[in-house]
Amino acid sequence: MPITAVYPEPVLRRVEVTAPRAAVQVAARPADIKIATEHVSISYGDKVAVRDVSLTVQDRSILALIGPSGSGKSTFLRCFNRMNDLIPGASVKGEVCLDGENVMEADVSVVELRRRVGMVFQRPNPFPMSIYENVAYGPRRRGLNDRRKLNDLVETSLKRAALWDEVKDDLRRKSGLALSGGQQQRLCIARVLATDPEVILMDEPASALDPVSTLRIEELMRELREAYTIVIVTHNMQQAARVSDVTAFFTMADDRAGYLVEVGPTGQIFTRPSEQLTEDYISGRFG
Amino acid sequence: MASLTSAYPTSKLRAKPGLLERLDLPRRVVFVAAASMIIVVAMLMIFIVWQGTQLFVKDGYSLGAIFDAKWDPLADTPEFGILPFILGTIVVTAGALLISTPLSVGVALFLSEVAPKWAKSIVQPALEIFVGIPSVVWGWLGITVLVPFLADTFNGPIVISLPIVGTIFSMPGFLTGFSWLAGSLVLSIMVLPTITSVSYDAFRAVPQELRTGSLALGTTRWQMIRHILIPSALSGVLTAVVLGMTRAAGEALAVQMVIGNSPTLPEAITQPMTTLTSQITLDMGNTVFGEPWQDALWTMSLVLLVISITSVVLVRVINKRRMGS
Repeated sequence: MPITAVYPEPVLRRVEVTAPRAAVQVAARPADIKIATEHVSISYGDKVAVRDVSLTVQDRSILALIGPSGSGKSTFLRCFNRMNDLIPGASVKGEVCLDGENVMEADVSVVELRRRVGMVFQRPNPFPMSIYENVAYGPRRRGLNDRRKLNDLVETSLKRAALWDEVKDDLRRKSGLALSGGQQQRLCIARVLATDPEVILMDEPASALDPVSTLRIEELMRELREAYTIVIVTHNMQQAARVSDVTAFFTMADDRAGYLVEVGPTGQIFTRPSEQLTEDYISGRFG
Repeated sequence: MASLTSAYPTSKLRAKPGLLERLDLPRRVVFVAAASMIIVVAMLMIFIVWQGTQLFVKDGYSLGAIFDAKWDPLADTPEFGILPFILGTIVVTAGALLISTPLSVGVALFLSEVAPKWAKSIVQPALEIFVGIPSVVWGWLGITVLVPFLADTFNGPIVISLPIVGTIFSMPGFLTGFSWLAGSLVLSIMVLPTITSVSYDAFRAVPQELRTGSLALGTTRWQMIRHILIPSALSGVLTAVVLGMTRAAGEALAVQMVIGNSPTLPEAITQPMTTLTSQITLDMGNTVFGEPWQDALWTMSLVLLVISITSVVLVRVINKRRMGS
């Protein structure tokens, strides 16, 4: 059963508030661009973390953000679902468009935005409740209380996150915290899938996991790519090379914090980068 | 070849020195400090248990005679029913917690989740000043402001009646203003900082990742507070309430000043009554060491001790369950 069938109201899937203003942009953009950023700069107080980044993400593709620590890739990732709003002193300039609608506008509902743009964090953060309740958490907060629909949704989401077979026998008894690190991360992915997002942001989702769990997460990402747009931040260049379609390389310098060096198809970035900085980084000479 | 041990004339490893000798000076100091604290508490408890049971052992009163409503220490055969005081302590404390808990938890949530920095920098020092105000000041404020206010505002009987059903609720009005309600109100202000700061710590102890995890799923901040934060911090908040309860049950001076000190069973929140602590402070100057009256006061102290030990155990059980889950 498709997850979307559970949510009968299509209105939940679209940010209505920005529709009139977005109309112009919708006409101008290519149909398959899911996210586009225009001159995005992010700063914490006086410190600039991301400088003037413009890029686009194709629908149903995986974009990998790579670069050394402090190059602003995680900060940049968080502007897609406006998680930077939660950080005191953070300010974001520029436009971030989801399906042509600028999500930075003051009247955009961040609640709706985050339902469409889900997020998986570096450290698995399951809630201190049962596996079932973890997955059902998002749908319940959206007002879904039908027991049968919830059961279906939990099952579908866990299956899609490749966790179902391991947990189906004690869904309600076992706490999400009692799972292994890799299982916890897949639970967090299932939790996001249950809210029926269009985009999934992953902030170094495998950096706290062992190699086997990492591989499973990567396989999962390739499968999810069929239905979702994924943006992943990773320190692991092999991971970027393995999973992503497009790679964006960020770096910083003394005077230029967090800028985008180049973005292109992953194969090209890793074999024939057009910038010397990128080549130095991927060949391990720097960063 | 000379063995290594022969180089050292005496083997200190083998000797069995006493406990204190095994410790160097700084350790001795902290050991003595810790031990003396335990000894003081133990001696205090032994003393109160000893004195508190004299009424039964020496004066021959039965447990039934104590758990009775009649308190008449000056009669030819004195009667020491302390039930009014026990119940008084319970209901005044309960009233105080009923008023204070929602307010304190609300303030704690505000400070931990909502307040901008500048608001925090006003509310937190304000709470610390609250703690620092001596109880006699609260009591005095109660007498001069609260008690006359209650007496003037609600001096007639308080009756709620509906057109057809008739009277559904009636309560005598405040005569003097000295009352259960006055006691609970004064206490609720006094326990507010305790409950607030302990529940604030409980809320801050909830990992930030759980908050961001919930918000990133598209929940509102209120949903996050209601479904993640409060369940996670519940045992800490309960601990806060129990600590507030201990403080309320143990407070003597301010309560005694506003409660009216009438040794009767609590009837209505408008009526004067009394508590264990206020009766002890009121009576102790009139008694002679060793007479049944003073022994009865010691029994009341023993009851207070039992109340505070119970709450300490309660806090421990709550926290153990939190660790277990």
